[in-house]
Amino acid sequence: MTRYFLLGTLFGALLIESEVISWFRIQEMFRFQAFHMFGIIGSAVIVAAAGVEVVRRLPLQDAEGSPLGPAPKSVGNGVRYLAGGSIFGVGWALTGACPGPLVALAAGGVPVMIAAFISAVAGTWVYGYLRPQLPH
Amino acid sequence: MINAFFDRLPHPLPWYIAGPLIGSLVPLLLLAGNKSFGFSNNLRTVCAAVVPRGIAFFDYDWRRTGGWNLVFLAGTFSGAALAAAFAPAPLIHISQSTIADLQALGIDDFRGLAPIQIFSWSALLGARGFISIVVGGFLVGFGAAYAGGCTSGHAIAGLADRQPASLLAVCGFFAGGLAATYFLLPVLS
Repeated sequence: MTRYFLLGTLFGALLIESEVISWFRIQEMFRFQAFHMFGIIGSAVIVAAAGVEVVRRLPLQDAEGSPLGPAPKSVGNGVRYLAGGSIFGVGWALTGACPGPLVALAAGGVPVMIAAFISAVAGTWVYGYLRPQLPH
Repeated sequence: MINAFFDRLPHPLPWYIAGPLIGSLVPLLLLAGNKSFGFSNNLRTVCAAVVPRGIAFFDYDWRRTGGWNLVFLAGTFSGAALAAAFAPAPLIHISQSTIADLQALGIDDFRGLAPIQIFSWSALLGARGFISIVVGGFLVGFGAAYAGGCTSGHAIAGLADRQPASLLAVCGFFAGGLAATYFLLPVLS
């Protein structure tokens, strides 16, 4: 478990140092007025993609004997991704943060984000409650 | 010594350093234990652990599938606290055009990571603060659960794995974010 704590520490420190969690940076991103955020997400995807390819080719297995790699997600009719994504996006612009950044902000200088995090948990809970009625 | 390390880092950490390091978390988590990078799953784990209330979505072995992620969350909290404590107080150098746009929305204090005028305990009592913090947070949690992931899971891990579902999610993220930025924020100001 220590490894996950350490990787999380790296994540949290990176979020603060790169200013990814700044509401100001998110606004800059949604207004397309700087490259910074796009550079971060873009280079992260490229490195992640290369890394996943390398890991896939290694002769390694997990604890249950399965090959390493993420499981594919079925698209279905796509509604959940577009609808859910859009709802998330509105929240992202309002708070200037996604779930990880909410935690980092609460720890790193904007304690009121604890309220946003609790509210996010509530949002997930309401989703779970309404799930049988929502299109997927 | 930790002070000296953080002081030497450029502020902000350039995208070509931060991005690859964040991206490396995807293969590193796979190597660590075949875990999928996806922070929003923590929201589901908290619900499952604290208020499952017989709801199917929260009826699973959260300790086994989400325990590692809670530890990752604890690490994130610690890492952010460490960096904030040792990094010089940030003045985010955003572009002039962004500053001008935000000033038009009534924001004139650009210190810190988020505008104090909106993100403070006292602002929570006003409409703008309440909507930005509580409603915003709620939508993040609801949307991420519905979409099955947030930026870490979809925009980074999902796109890296070339998942069409993640591309749809990211389109949704931006559609929602742009709509809120251009139509909602002005109304709140």
